[in-house]
Amino acid sequence: MQNRGYYDQYGGAFLPEVLIATVEELVATFEKAKQDPSFWKEYADIMSEYSCRPTPVTFAENLSNYFGGGRIFVKREDLNHTGAHKANNVMGQGLLVKRMGKTRVIAETGAGQHGMATATMAAKFGFKCTIYMGEVDVQRQRPNVFWMERLGAEVVPVKEGTRILKDAINEALRDWVTNMDNTHYVLGTACGPHPFPEMVSYFQSIIGQEARRQMLEREKKLPDRIYACVGGGSNALGIFKAFLDDPVELVGVEAAGRGLESGEHAVRLASPDASVGVAQGYKTYFLQDDDGQMKETHSVAAGLDYVGVSPILAQFKDSGRVRFEAATDQEVVDALSLTIQKEGLIPALESAHAFAQAFKEAPKLSKTEIILINQSGRGDKDIFTVADAFNDPTWQEFIKKKAEEYNA
Amino acid sequence: MLEKYLNSRLQEKEILLMTHIVLGYPSFEDSFKIIEAMVAAGVDLMELQIPFSEPIADGPVILQANQKALADGATVQKCLDFSRKIAQTFDIPFLFMTYYNILFKYGVERFAAAMAADGIKGAIVPDLPPEEGGEYLAAMQKHDLAPIFIFSPTTPDERMQYLSSFGQGFIYCVARKGVTGVDTDFSRQLGEYLGRCRRATKLPLALGFGVKEKADVDFLKGKADIAVIGSQTIRLVDNEGVGAVGAFINSLR
Repeated sequence: MQNRGYYDQYGGAFLPEVLIATVEELVATFEKAKQDPSFWKEYADIMSEYSCRPTPVTFAENLSNYFGGGRIFVKREDLNHTGAHKANNVMGQGLLVKRMGKTRVIAETGAGQHGMATATMAAKFGFKCTIYMGEVDVQRQRPNVFWMERLGAEVVPVKEGTRILKDAINEALRDWVTNMDNTHYVLGTACGPHPFPEMVSYFQSIIGQEARRQMLEREKKLPDRIYACVGGGSNALGIFKAFLDDPVELVGVEAAGRGLESGEHAVRLASPDASVGVAQGYKTYFLQDDDGQMKETHSVAAGLDYVGVSPILAQFKDSGRVRFEAATDQEVVDALSLTIQKEGLIPALESAHAFAQAFKEAPKLSKTEIILINQSGRGDKDIFTVADAFNDPTWQEFIKKKAEEYNA
Repeated sequence: MLEKYLNSRLQEKEILLMTHIVLGYPSFEDSFKIIEAMVAAGVDLMELQIPFSEPIADGPVILQANQKALADGATVQKCLDFSRKIAQTFDIPFLFMTYYNILFKYGVERFAAAMAADGIKGAIVPDLPPEEGGEYLAAMQKHDLAPIFIFSPTTPDERMQYLSSFGQGFIYCVARKGVTGVDTDFSRQLGEYLGRCRRATKLPLALGFGVKEKADVDFLKGKADIAVIGSQTIRLVDNEGVGAVGAFINSLR
């Protein structure tokens, strides 16, 4: 491996020896695919036929009028098959799995979106599939577990550590070191060892490529600011990548959870709480203590509840190319509520972080300025979590009745 | 230095024993008693694992020991202080085993200096291939410490030679794919793999992952120089207590 995937000091491939040969095979397969002009076409075709791409850009006229500032547009990644941008990465990696001749895929999942997408891809391509999911997230996102199992995947609840996303990644890595001969690890975000950060953002870059073209066609100009939520960073990099050389302000929004002061958050880049470290195969900012032990994180959105962040975004933090902000659980629930009422759009709790930050800034922009928000996923699927976030009493009553029916 | 010690021990014994503990598990007092019993039973060298919250190369037994030790307040400084005492008390070589973030956050050079000052002879860092280990290798060399590198059955011959060119002391050969603490098939295939390892390096060979009884150690005689006992002693301490350690080690040869 000559190129070890460094973005200034971030990235790399800190791997146990047993995985080196497998990862080198993956690097070689990915490099070859990138050189092959028919590969991207194959990828774009399957995304078009199977996942409704290109996803539209929607003008949020009511929200724009409500804030009276910049005009707000929304890139609709929620309209992908399985309901989130995760499908882009998963289908791309699925094509690579076919090229490598492997027959089994494994994945970690937080919110369940990536697990759902991977299980769907495995069903379509005929792969065996195991999904690792933290026990806490299994509780939070039970409906996704139901669907993953219907799709034929084995869902393994991870009971180690903090029992959320990072622990699911560790378990997936442990599976991979054992079964790499026939198994590919479909990492869900632009983190982990090289080539994952580059590879995942390569597949996700389809979002920004489309959005750039769509904005130019519709508005004859580029957006002034683009907002995306940042967990691992794949949807943010996906939409940002096409605009890196443009005069466009890029804003990544992390999960401030119960507030920065509370310590219960997942803010790696927009707070001084994180420091540079090496874990899960790569070097980046981690929420860790002085000894280098990872801390517990919190967010209302399971998909943002992660200790590390893409090394590519860490580089953009240092260079200043991307501005990082954070939105609290409460701000996110309020933004979600407003978006549903004004536009009839239901962003996932993860995506609602991007909306929350855009809403803070929209009134300060002029009416000629354009805001583009990446709606990375849909929220209606996460009805249990969203209903909890809204603390909806009639929903709770319904659930109690339903439970009684099962008891009867 | 470490290699010389191992070779002189190998003049007297057909195979050496290396054992492993997680520092602070089940407690630092028990760690001391376990080490004391192991040394008395004739263990030739030991790995002291500094616990880490994300031990990706370890299976459930060592993983849970890491978590428990951390939950009970094991810090890197406590581990270093404890290890100094150990190295002063017992006359066998001790190595650190830990993940790279522990060194990185402590400061790689500062960590190596502390190891040398405390009398620790080398380190095994399973998530640090030499390609990422420039600073580590320089610091280890400066302080005359042995960086131990790992071979696995998936490592091609050429890469084994490459790894060997950075290694000191011995090579840690992982018996199979997977994580620690899972059964290994001690078969002809394992013998062939060890033959491949032997041809790739002049350093002594340690074989670890799944070694848990006398038959396994006997199988390795003539094929490897050091048998590594890892998860099995943790299991033993969990099930039968610290007092069972000495008899277990004695039963291995």
